[in-house]
Amino acid sequence: MEILTEYGDQLLTAFIRTIQLAALSAVGALVLGTLLAAMRVSPVWALRTVATAYVNIVRNTPLTLVVLFASFGLAQQLGITLVDAKSPTSITDSSFRLAVLAFSLYTATFVCESIRAGVNTIPVGQSEAARSLGLGFTQGLRYIVLPQAFRAVIGPLGSILIALIKNTTVASVIGVAEAALLMKEVIENTSALIVVGLIFALGFMCLTLPTGAAFSHLSKKLAVRT
Amino acid sequence: MTISQNPETTLDRDAETGGSQLMISMQGVNKHFGPLHVLRDIDLEVARGQVVVILGPSGSGKSTLCRTINRLETVDAGSISIDGRALPQEGKALTRYRADVGMVFQSFNLFAHKTILENVMLAPLKVRRLSKVAARDRAMALLERVGIANQADKLPAQLSGGQQQRVAIARALAMEPKVMLFDEPTSALDPEMVTEVLDVMTSLAKGGMTMLVVTHEMGFARRAADRVVFMAGGQILEDTTPGQFFTAPATARARDFLGKILSH
Repeated sequence: MEILTEYGDQLLTAFIRTIQLAALSAVGALVLGTLLAAMRVSPVWALRTVATAYVNIVRNTPLTLVVLFASFGLAQQLGITLVDAKSPTSITDSSFRLAVLAFSLYTATFVCESIRAGVNTIPVGQSEAARSLGLGFTQGLRYIVLPQAFRAVIGPLGSILIALIKNTTVASVIGVAEAALLMKEVIENTSALIVVGLIFALGFMCLTLPTGAAFSHLSKKLAVRT
Repeated sequence: MTISQNPETTLDRDAETGGSQLMISMQGVNKHFGPLHVLRDIDLEVARGQVVVILGPSGSGKSTLCRTINRLETVDAGSISIDGRALPQEGKALTRYRADVGMVFQSFNLFAHKTILENVMLAPLKVRRLSKVAARDRAMALLERVGIANQADKLPAQLSGGQQQRVAIARALAMEPKVMLFDEPTSALDPEMVTEVLDVMTSLAKGGMTMLVVTHEMGFARRAADRVVFMAGGQILEDTTPGQFFTAPATARARDFLGKILSH
């Protein structure tokens, strides 16, 4: 209880940071993942090859390495910091934005593979009908195939989002002030490992359980009946 | 009917008469599926307004022939053209060509996540760039014509097979195609729904639409076809009038086929 009263405000701030990280990364991953999936099913050899290589490399790299690469590789070696260096909050902003970038790049590979699996469940007749009406490949994908593929994989996308929410804890390695960083600090200060651990685990469940429930509800509601 | 195979003279004639009399032309078309030679030296010409029914046992290549005309199947050799325009390779030219060739599939292939009305409106909106109002008016008029206007806001899965196929016909007609291809349009239907689809097709035929119909419906072939093309083993064996074909087929293969079909 003392822990809660002492760290209550910080706890809230840290979890809000976690939510921001997860939400922004989810949007980035969804956009990039959809683009990658479109590339992987396209008739153009070069697009397929680039997307396949990207997915295989990034998906099989530990997330910590991806995050560290964004921080050390991009920011410190190449000087790509995604912020205005004169801003007073440039250091924290930079690590936050680089973390969002890293999570987006990483999670996009899983989103891509999910959507691609969804595309494979759509009967070939759907895209044949689209083509026979004079719709081009991109139009067929945009209006016919992807909308149905999305609906087919809402459940798996929910799992990916839950994994992403928990993965945001990795951002603590580059100093983003999200929940896991605060947890380390609180444990060091109070040495109440089990209680603190439980509080943070509970905090994450407050985020992930409703996410899971919402996605399974959506999945049922939006299912395409055939 | 004399047919010029020189595309330039065909174009000249277009300019003079406002359209070639030759709507579908296939010359020396060959196709293999692996070791299987599914189309062998196909030469087929369909004049404007003609209704041609393709008959033949399964595996004879009739569906494949139908699908090569709008390049849902590619061919290994030969040339195909619609209204004097050669079938293009991939790209914008192909989508423009396909927009003029309506196709109706055995499995309907209505867009499962869109309503009946949206199914019919989509291509006019996105391909023909019609305004929403114009696309909607055209779609409703066509749905009226095939007798489904009162179901416009339902999803395909809520309709019977016969109704879905009539929507599929309306969807193809919404593009105002020059030619309609039917690939076994009634084969997936319960018997009592076949008539409603054939009635729509018959009225379309009477209205002067150029049609190529792959079917097993002998009644439709007798009633609505100008010509019957009989295929077996990837070849066209007979190309004649329905009367001639059903009363006096020229080949043994066709006699055998008719014997099996008409005996039950």
